[in-house]
Amino acid sequence: MEGGGVMEPVIQVRGLVNRFGKATIHNGLDIDLIRGEVLGVVGASGTGKSVLLRSIVGLQKPQAGQITVLGVDVRTADLRETRANWGVMFQDGALFSALTVRENVEAPMRVQYRLPADLRRSLADLKLAMVGLPAKAGSLYPADLSGGMRKRAGLARALALDPEILLLDEPTAGLDPIAASEFDRLITTLQQALNLSVFLVTHDLDTLHATCNRIAVLGGGKVMVTGTMAEMVDVKDPWVHSYFHGPRAHAALAG
Amino acid sequence: MPAGNLDLSELTSLDTAGAWLILSTARRSGGTVSGASPARAVLLEAVQAVLPPDRRIPKPPRHVEMLERVDQVGRATVDGLRGLARITGFFGEVVSHVAGTLIHPGRLRVTALVFHMQETGLKAVPIVALMAFLIGIVIAYQGADQLRQFGAEVFVVNLIAVSVLRELGILLTAIIVAGRSASAFTAAIGSMKMREEVDAMRMLGLDPIDVLVLPRVLGLLLMLPVLGLVADLAGLLGGGLMAWYTLGISPGMFETRLLETDVAHFLVGVAKAPFFAVIIGVIGCFQGMQVEGNAESLGRLTSRSVVQAIFMVILADATFSIIFASAGV
Repeated sequence: MEGGGVMEPVIQVRGLVNRFGKATIHNGLDIDLIRGEVLGVVGASGTGKSVLLRSIVGLQKPQAGQITVLGVDVRTADLRETRANWGVMFQDGALFSALTVRENVEAPMRVQYRLPADLRRSLADLKLAMVGLPAKAGSLYPADLSGGMRKRAGLARALALDPEILLLDEPTAGLDPIAASEFDRLITTLQQALNLSVFLVTHDLDTLHATCNRIAVLGGGKVMVTGTMAEMVDVKDPWVHSYFHGPRAHAALAG
Repeated sequence: MPAGNLDLSELTSLDTAGAWLILSTARRSGGTVSGASPARAVLLEAVQAVLPPDRRIPKPPRHVEMLERVDQVGRATVDGLRGLARITGFFGEVVSHVAGTLIHPGRLRVTALVFHMQETGLKAVPIVALMAFLIGIVIAYQGADQLRQFGAEVFVVNLIAVSVLRELGILLTAIIVAGRSASAFTAAIGSMKMREEVDAMRMLGLDPIDVLVLPRVLGLLLMLPVLGLVADLAGLLGGGLMAWYTLGISPGMFETRLLETDVAHFLVGVAKAPFFAVIIGVIGCFQGMQVEGNAESLGRLTSRSVVQAIFMVILADATFSIIFASAGV
């Protein structure tokens, strides 16, 4: 944490290959997530952003390649203990609909640790407060929440075990601009307070601008280019160029 | 607890749970926290900012619990009555659309009607026939066992004829169709409701009752009597074969005794079919229309639709028994 200056990768992907039938999604993809950074992953639809995230957390078995998370090979190791060190927030939260919001946040604690019920409850309430949900939201069911609240609750569940790595799939998709920028701020604040390494898949230029230290653009089955938002503007590739030079990009950069 | 100071300078690692514990201990004892490294201070600050107020959850007093229970009973009753009112309203809507269709037959969606007749009628024939055949066998076998004690084996034919034609043929058919089609109606309409297809239909000026409900209900109305007839025939066949096999009642004798049975039994059975069809169709479609945006309500309402349809069919059958008995049919 306070080692300072060392570029230690917490996620290391080498030579990743994912194929679905005849469609090759990833073809020898390399990507790193450095400790303490927020990495934004962008790319056109179908370039395998979500598949990459699913491969990293072990939900998708790649055809080839090596994926190391915190020194553990995801493809072969028993992930039970590793899972406590990463939190995943799926699109739209993926909350368990049969459980209340508080029970959703308690679920990872139940699986990993044996804690007294009231301690678990207090910790869950703390996590819910940290993501900015009102106290009474804890006893509601996911169906009673708005989209923005569901995402916050999903984030609280991802953070339940104080993970070192946070993986977010389209955290601001489907939110109104105000809620989205609040969510961006929330991610930044939590990232700094908890010293998280964040792997963030998104389409939202405002999110990229507001939260990410580094951006990786996927295309052609590989990472085409990485760099800061400012560096992206100078990239010559046509897709990257139009992505970072469209009217929305200018608005995001101006803001 | 005496107020003191928590010195964090020797601390090697800290997570939010630890920060919470330190801060809430400090707050409870009125102590102070010092010596945190800058990175830890950020975490402590973040937790401090949202630290929920200390709360002992008070156990609700007994009378409140009782009151809550009464409250729940009241709510459930009101909900039930409201549901009844809504389904009655829905039934009225369907009836008025049927009337409208009688006046303007062009509104009827013939293709959809035929499709649903095939789905709910034709495709149910194998299962309904097999079920009735087996029931016929069971009645013949059990009846023969009892009647043999009185040397009245030959009356097994009357037993089969009356029970299958009057009650079991149509009742069991209706129960199977309720399980097959009420659930299918709810699931199909419910998933359309979920994806806002029903709203899109309204926007185009299409009436969901005309498009979705009428073909299903009318298809069932036409096909359930036919299925009932199939079940009657299969039941008589099963019973006849079993009577021949165990009691040696020849097909000829079976036929003779069968023709002596009052045809009213058959008519009573078939007369119930349209009522059962309307019950099943309306409940299935109504529950489908109640589905909201989430998948959970789809599952809940599908199972509710089956349970309600079967229950209402049996309730209607019991009512018919009383009516026919008092009318002397």
